Amino acid sequence: MDIIVCVKRVPMTQEVDLEIDDSGKDIKKDALAYVVNDWDNYAIEESVLLKEKLDGTVTVITVGDEDDEDVLRRALAMGADKAIRIEPGELELDGFLISNILAQVIKGLEYDLVLTGVQADDDNFGMVGIMLAERLGLAHSAVVTGFEAEGSEATINVELEGGLDEVSKIKLPALLSIQTGINEPRYVSIMGIRKAGKKELNVVKVEDIGLSDEELVRQTIIEEYFLPPETEGAEMIEGDPSNIAEAILRILKEKGVSV
Amino acid sequence: MGEILVVVEHRQEEVRDITFEMLFKAGELCKEFSHTLTAVVLGGKEEQFIDEVAKRSDNVIYYEDDRLKNFSADLYKEVLNGLIEKTRPFITLIGHSSWGMELAPSLSIKTGYPLATDCVDILIEDGHPKVIRQIYSGKVFSKMSFKESDGYLITVRPGSFQPPEAIDERNGGVIKKDLPGDLPEMRKEFIEFIDSGAGDVDITQADLLVSVGRGIGEAENVEDMKELAERMGGVLACSRPVVDKNWLPKYYQVGTSGKSVKPKVYLAFGISGAFQHLAGITGAGTVIAINKDKKAPIFRVADYGVVDDLFKVADALKEQLKEG
Ligand SMILES: Cc1cc2nc3c(=O)[nH]c(=O)nc-3n(C[C@H](O)[C@H](O)[C@H](O)COP(=O)(O)OP(=O)(O)OC[C@H]3O[C@@H](n4cnc5c(N)ncnc54)[C@H](O)[C@@H]3O)c2cc1C
Ligand SMILES: Nc1ncnc2c1ncn2[C@@H]1O[C@H](COP(=O)(O)O)[C@@H](O)[C@H]1O
Repeated sequence: MDIIVCVKRVPMTQEVDLEIDDSGKDIKKDALAYVVNDWDNYAIEESVLLKEKLDGTVTVITVGDEDDEDVLRRALAMGADKAIRIEPGELELDGFLISNILAQVIKGLEYDLVLTGVQADDDNFGMVGIMLAERLGLAHSAVVTGFEAEGSEATINVELEGGLDEVSKIKLPALLSIQTGINEPRYVSIMGIRKAGKKELNVVKVEDIGLSDEELVRQTIIEEYFLPPETEGAEMIEGDPSNIAEAILRILKEKGVSV
Repeated sequence: MGEILVVVEHRQEEVRDITFEMLFKAGELCKEFSHTLTAVVLGGKEEQFIDEVAKRSDNVIYYEDDRLKNFSADLYKEVLNGLIEKTRPFITLIGHSSWGMELAPSLSIKTGYPLATDCVDILIEDGHPKVIRQIYSGKVFSKMSFKESDGYLITVRPGSFQPPEAIDERNGGVIKKDLPGDLPEMRKEFIEFIDSGAGDVDITQADLLVSVGRGIGEAENVEDMKELAERMGGVLACSRPVVDKNWLPKYYQVGTSGKSVKPKVYLAFGISGAFQHLAGITGAGTVIAINKDKKAPIFRVADYGVVDDLFKVADALKEQLKEG
């Protein structure tokens, strides 16, 4: 089975104070550390597991700049065979445009399955995968938590709200957006990443993929980014841990919880 | 005047809450801008919920066919594309649910209408829709507009709009329609629903939940927190990453894809407060959040907050309980 996995590198934003930059339309990113998008990590693992079971190839692909090659190399170390980076240059991207660029490149590749993450941890769109599916004319499903191939079909689980799963059969080739928890992504060592450095990583410029200037425009426009309005929010409990513990136990008692 | 079209989400003969939330918001916009509110139902024969929808809409378009009993992205896309091509609604609202995430992006490509997903608010300024979204897991908000078009697609985050008890009765008429005859081949076939939620602990009945998130760091720490929960007379619960890593079974998970809980007190240790998690604790009496990050979104909804290392607080709680 030949599989294509779309991956994105995203900034880690836990435990940092995000600031809006001077344009008012982005955050300051210089000081942030980056990782592979969590959902994509599960998608990569799923593709490698399928390859190990069914043979075939795994190609990972990203639309991003040179620094984003980190996540491609990491995927190669996990077991992907080839990587493609599409250099967007100065283009302003949104989900619509990213899906257009990806579709244009993936059209020329061989595949039975395309995997994406459910959503990217930065913009939280949850749209690139299914837009890509429609452009490629593929059967598709979102929020997939199980996949079992049977010839030209597969049985899949889609996670719905409230702990309910929907089981269905889908025709291949298909595009699935992968949900966290579908597998346990393997550990990647620095050594592993170094070794995978020999694998093929191709870079294509967006000007060279055959899309016209009119096709390279976004459909949504960022008007502004802003920090969440200061609401009343939580009443903060200050002090050392023992004061805090006392206060928590006092609140429990007030609220009628017996400890 | 334009039309606002709401795609009704229903499952197993019941309308999902997100539908009422969208109808409420659409109703507000229609009132302010004199638009018409049309609800579109793709459903099986004689769905019982049509009246509920009609009460809240100016018109209901009901595609009635047993092939539509269950959601099918292929069918929905085909039918809605046909409808949108004919009536060109100004705004089409779809839920940002698992099904909505499978439908809306493909419908956007098919219709050519720009799409904004997971929106928490919708504004109309100078005749153009604009949306508010939350990005970076809720740490930043973004206001977005669209490239000029005659229609726009917006998916709405569940829980963003709270319809009041007393609804604004619109009492729309129901127009029944048949499925178009020339349907494409279906590439996906529904087999069954399975409930992944049941287990030997029921977090929905507890008065006190001690809930742990990714901040717990390692599997070994889960056991310690379980002990704390028990010593406090409460029950352990968790956020999704803890289940994803197999540190706890699924039936401990709180949130949209887990359980909705209603304890008197919810203690959140190392949980950032993603909306999918918060959706599960709207019924909690009091929320106390413990997080190292003072900007964690959970502090915006918690009643009490502690900015500290969760392990220090957990240890101190254990100490106090020993003494007491
Ligand atoms: C379709 C879909 C459905 C989903 N359903 C659910 C659901 O049902 N339930 C759910 O929970 N999520 C769900 N999610 C995932 C959700 O989007 C978030 O990814 C998830 O809730 C994050 O969990 P978390 O807060 O534990 O982890 P994180 O967001 O990683 O937060 C960890 C927090 O711990 C803090 N921390 C770290 N170390 C410490 C320490 N030592 N002391 C104190 N604080 C510390 C950090 O500051 C951070 O705020 C769903 C996502 C999707 C796309
Ligand atoms: N720049 C990108 N390059 C490659 N794949 C991407 C890119 N952006 C998003 N994706 C894929 O689309 C999924 C959903 O992203 P989004 O729609 O932005 O939330 C991600 O999990 C990735 O698999």
